Amino acid sequence: MTVQTAKPLLQVPEGVRTALGLTPSGPHYFFYRHKTLVRAAHWINAVCLAVLLMSGLNIFNAHPALYWGNGSNFDHPAVMLGALANNAGDVAQGVTMIGNHQFNTTGVLGASKVDGQLTSRGFPSWATLPGPNWLAMARQWHFAFAWLLVFNALVFVIYGVWSRHFARDLAPTVKDLAHLPREIADHARLRFPHGEGARRYNALQKLAYCFVIFLLGPLIVLTGLTMSPTLDAAFPVLPWLFGGRQTARTIHFICAFSFFGFFLVHIAMVMLSGSWNNLRSMITGWYAICGQRGEHERGEPEGGEHD
Amino acid sequence: MSAANLKEASMTDRRSFIARALAGASTLFLTGCYDLSEKRWFTHFLGKVEDLTRTAQHLFAGPHTLAPEYTKADIAPVFRANGTLDPGTPEYQKHVANNFQDWRVTVSGLVDHPLSLSMADIRALPARTQITRHDCVEGWSCIGEWTGAPLALILAAAKPRPEARYVVFYCADPMTVEGDPEHFYYESLELSEAAHPQTILAYQMNGADLAVAHGAPVRIRAERQLGYKQPKYVERIVLVDDLKSIEGGKGGYWEDQGYTWYGGI
Repeated sequence: MTVQTAKPLLQVPEGVRTALGLTPSGPHYFFYRHKTLVRAAHWINAVCLAVLLMSGLNIFNAHPALYWGNGSNFDHPAVMLGALANNAGDVAQGVTMIGNHQFNTTGVLGASKVDGQLTSRGFPSWATLPGPNWLAMARQWHFAFAWLLVFNALVFVIYGVWSRHFARDLAPTVKDLAHLPREIADHARLRFPHGEGARRYNALQKLAYCFVIFLLGPLIVLTGLTMSPTLDAAFPVLPWLFGGRQTARTIHFICAFSFFGFFLVHIAMVMLSGSWNNLRSMITGWYAICGQRGEHERGEPEGGEHD
Repeated sequence: MSAANLKEASMTDRRSFIARALAGASTLFLTGCYDLSEKRWFTHFLGKVEDLTRTAQHLFAGPHTLAPEYTKADIAPVFRANGTLDPGTPEYQKHVANNFQDWRVTVSGLVDHPLSLSMADIRALPARTQITRHDCVEGWSCIGEWTGAPLALILAAAKPRPEARYVVFYCADPMTVEGDPEHFYYESLELSEAAHPQTILAYQMNGADLAVAHGAPVRIRAERQLGYKQPKYVERIVLVDDLKSIEGGKGGYWEDQGYTWYGGI
């Protein structure tokens, strides 16, 4: 992250900007926080993950159950979404089974409304892409955006290593880890750095981003590839590594929801620590820092900066 | 109304506004994606992605790598039968009644040596037994033991002509296409996949003759492919150079319904 001369993309009058909450009301300056490639990769990634999750749920609906091992033990699924019918034979209840536990999830999981009619389907139509159960089409969307995700990730990783973005901005330092307890306490109180401290990722951010980029990402791609019978012939190590194709499918599903969990926390943090400032910096690159430029240029403020 | 109530009400309004905005955005996005799914240029693009996937998988898998094989202990207690469970036609019922003694599998098309094989002919060929994992396009898997004649032996005996590129399998199970019952299941594989060492014309499953639900008397096992690429009730094998002139032109019953022809993923 480098300091450059502030040049906001849109020249909105200062008073309007402050009234809209686009910039802090106090003294501040703009800081070039995200490089173009990082921003492009971020948004391509966001689109890919949305399409992949929703088309994945449509694919899942073709057989809404998960298993452990190589084969599917239909009598003992790890997770199953199903519907119960009433005496008239109409779908009456949606059920989610996790191991031996059964939950009533009518309306969302197992059974949800299609054209006003309660219908047996794993995930509801508003969560799947395409909306109707359409395995053939959902698979094609899924594979197209999986390719895009992988190409995008490759470009990002090559750039991240070459530009030292990973080493400089993402790798947690010993100091970061030492600050961790304090940061957790601050996050829990929803206190975020707005001054000089906001110029770099904090330890929790670094850990979260590293977890997603270096663990969740590769894991979801590899477990996805393990489901391909041809790739299992090419790389028998894949099903062996994950303990079977069905286990890989289950891990793939867990990864998908971990990504979704990350997305929810990420959105919450973006909103709580300044929606517009964060959003602008991820679109234009420019982030507003409270205070005067260079106020803390020498070294990091002790114990973080919170205003 | 007290100030606290007012604040509460405005919060609720704001929350329901956000919820409605999100639902609206999701609907807009989904409608857009659904419309795209029916656009010609977009399905053409998806076809290009299928080519990319096929090319990449060919690059890594090559023609000879073997699908993982398992042990007898891994065999599924219940192997799910999917698709047609009984062709049910009068002709097929006659074959069931006389234990498939008159069933023949013909090999024709772009071959120098057309064949007509009885079940006894097929059983007389050197057999291959393999315990493999069946992966359905729906997502589930079952492990089973299959015995049959390597298709490569049969193809070699038929002497394919150089221009032969695909092997098409015509089956005895009728499939209704848009209310027209005169269609039967068919599938196709690339010649190289058809000649793969694990691609067999299987007549036994788990040590017993194939059950009707699993494709009696013979089905294809192509172990690096999804289930729909492994047709049951096989009667005719035809070698061709192009799939466009056959049925819906996409190379298989499910392909004609929109599934990808490449079934390795």
